[in-house]
Amino acid sequence: MKGILKLAYKLVVNDKSKFTALLAGITFAVFLMMFVTSMFGGVMNHSAATVINIGAPIWVMDPSVENPLNTVGIPDYVLDAVRSMQGVKYAVPLYSGSALLKLSDGAYQPAMIIGLDDTSLYGRPELIQGKIQDIYAEGGFVAVKDADFPKLGNPHIGTEFELNDHRAVVVGIAKVSTSSLFGLPTLYTTYYRCLQYIPNPRYTISYVLIVPQSASDIPRIKEQAKALGYLALTKDEFIGRTVDFYIFHSGFGMNLLIITAVSFIVGLSVSGQTFYTFILENLERFGALKAIGTTNRELVSIILFQAAFTSLTGYGLGVGLCVTLIGIAKLRMPEYAAMVTAFSVIVPFLMVVVITAISSYFGVRRVLAIEPFEIFRG
Amino acid sequence: MLRTAIHASGLVKWFGEGEAKTTALKEVSLEAFFGEMLYIVGPSGSGKTTLLSVLSGILRPNAGNVSVEGADIWTLDANQLADFRLNKLGFVFQDYHLFPRLTTAENVAIPLILRRIQWDKALNDATKYLDIVGLHGKAELPPLKLSGGEQQRVAIARAIVGQPDILIMDEPTASLDGETGRAIVGFVRENILNDHRCIVIVTHDSRIYEYADRTLEMEDGRLTAAKKVQDEN
Repeated sequence: MKGILKLAYKLVVNDKSKFTALLAGITFAVFLMMFVTSMFGGVMNHSAATVINIGAPIWVMDPSVENPLNTVGIPDYVLDAVRSMQGVKYAVPLYSGSALLKLSDGAYQPAMIIGLDDTSLYGRPELIQGKIQDIYAEGGFVAVKDADFPKLGNPHIGTEFELNDHRAVVVGIAKVSTSSLFGLPTLYTTYYRCLQYIPNPRYTISYVLIVPQSASDIPRIKEQAKALGYLALTKDEFIGRTVDFYIFHSGFGMNLLIITAVSFIVGLSVSGQTFYTFILENLERFGALKAIGTTNRELVSIILFQAAFTSLTGYGLGVGLCVTLIGIAKLRMPEYAAMVTAFSVIVPFLMVVVITAISSYFGVRRVLAIEPFEIFRG
Repeated sequence: MLRTAIHASGLVKWFGEGEAKTTALKEVSLEAFFGEMLYIVGPSGSGKTTLLSVLSGILRPNAGNVSVEGADIWTLDANQLADFRLNKLGFVFQDYHLFPRLTTAENVAIPLILRRIQWDKALNDATKYLDIVGLHGKAELPPLKLSGGEQQRVAIARAIVGQPDILIMDEPTASLDGETGRAIVGFVRENILNDHRCIVIVTHDSRIYEYADRTLEMEDGRLTAAKKVQDEN
């Protein structure tokens, strides 16, 4: 069979114009699909930045919350109630909101403010400059060094700014795994400082963060939160809810669907048509092979191998091209949103499998239908 | 004593049904022997190609049987028939049907590759057979770089590389000028035909009749005459 497959390989590769067209079609389709899914993955990752960076296993929130930026205040008694729930190891409040800063040069800059539990500082970022205990100092804030950091005027420890006429000072520089989606710099401080500095509605807790005693306690905690009228989600569920929001309640999902469909149609029409033409051009020769003594099984193997080889090569090129371009973009812009995920690799692969199956199905049908007798008849 | 290569009796083959039914073979019986070059001649539509297809295990007859070296080929299933054609027969098609993207050696090696012979050995053997048919040094060329006569020689090399007992040639000179056609068939007679091989040629090219040991004439689906060329001479 190895020799037959080598024959199949040479038949398709030596037809340089068609092979190039096949590869170009598949490569372009894979690139397009992988790029858009990578962009989608990256944006979704950034959209859930707060959830990822804080990293709490369970988040309790108002049931109407659809994503981390859309917070609805929770009354203080919920925190007490959660702390008394069975299976909860400990629970802390989290403030998440935005505020307008007045920088030292007089410019105003909106920023994302995260207020950590004063006692535990649960969810604090990793500091690259300064000491975390300085966050308790008067007006102490930790600035996150991400792509939006320069918008704060590239602050250093000791840099001062104003927040609602309150003096604030940078006491630490931190790094986080994921920067926020909408281009706002991020500052961390304590929960109670947020209440002091930022005008707030009646209920001030954005989320109650829970660490369960064990993973098996999670369902029970969720039930108890539900009985209380609130929603408890695991970290992954909250990220998933955020992704769902952007897919189903923004134009993102439809755009993703359209580009996916376009790339599929381009891939299928270019590659499928070219492959089918390749089969048609060689149809009589396949008939001659049949007359010589090639079995139907061997002919099917030849066609499937040719389709699979071209598709996988195109897939590899498409993935390589996409990864290279995203890599170059990230070198130039470290916070470039695109992110290659398993999803963005698997979806184009599945598309290629479908294109291969459809292309080879029609080719196989034609080749199996040809009668060697027709070859004799010319 | 002539040894029988092919024995066919009572072959009937029709196409279509009802009013569209056309009978291409009407009770055709024949024998072909090892060591002979048998021609099947006749006008277009007389049933030559249908007969050739039935004899070579490609087209199943509606009645009658075909024995090759004593074995009834139409009792075989599709895979066994493919195996039979691969191992016992060699085919030279009217339009050669060479793969233009393969080299001549790779084209010739196809029957060996189908027999699971290692790629390099198959190519070596193919190159030797290209030498035999007079195409020394052209193993690496694509078929389209060759003349019509040379392409026909490549097709012949492909047909004989597996050392088949029976060589089937369908209108081998149809695409060639008279001189080249005669040269090709003369070459086959001189170099390919031997006591262990039977060559069956379907043709209506009278310019090559002189090379036949025996000629069967067909008309309207029946064999109308059989004669030995020597008888005429």
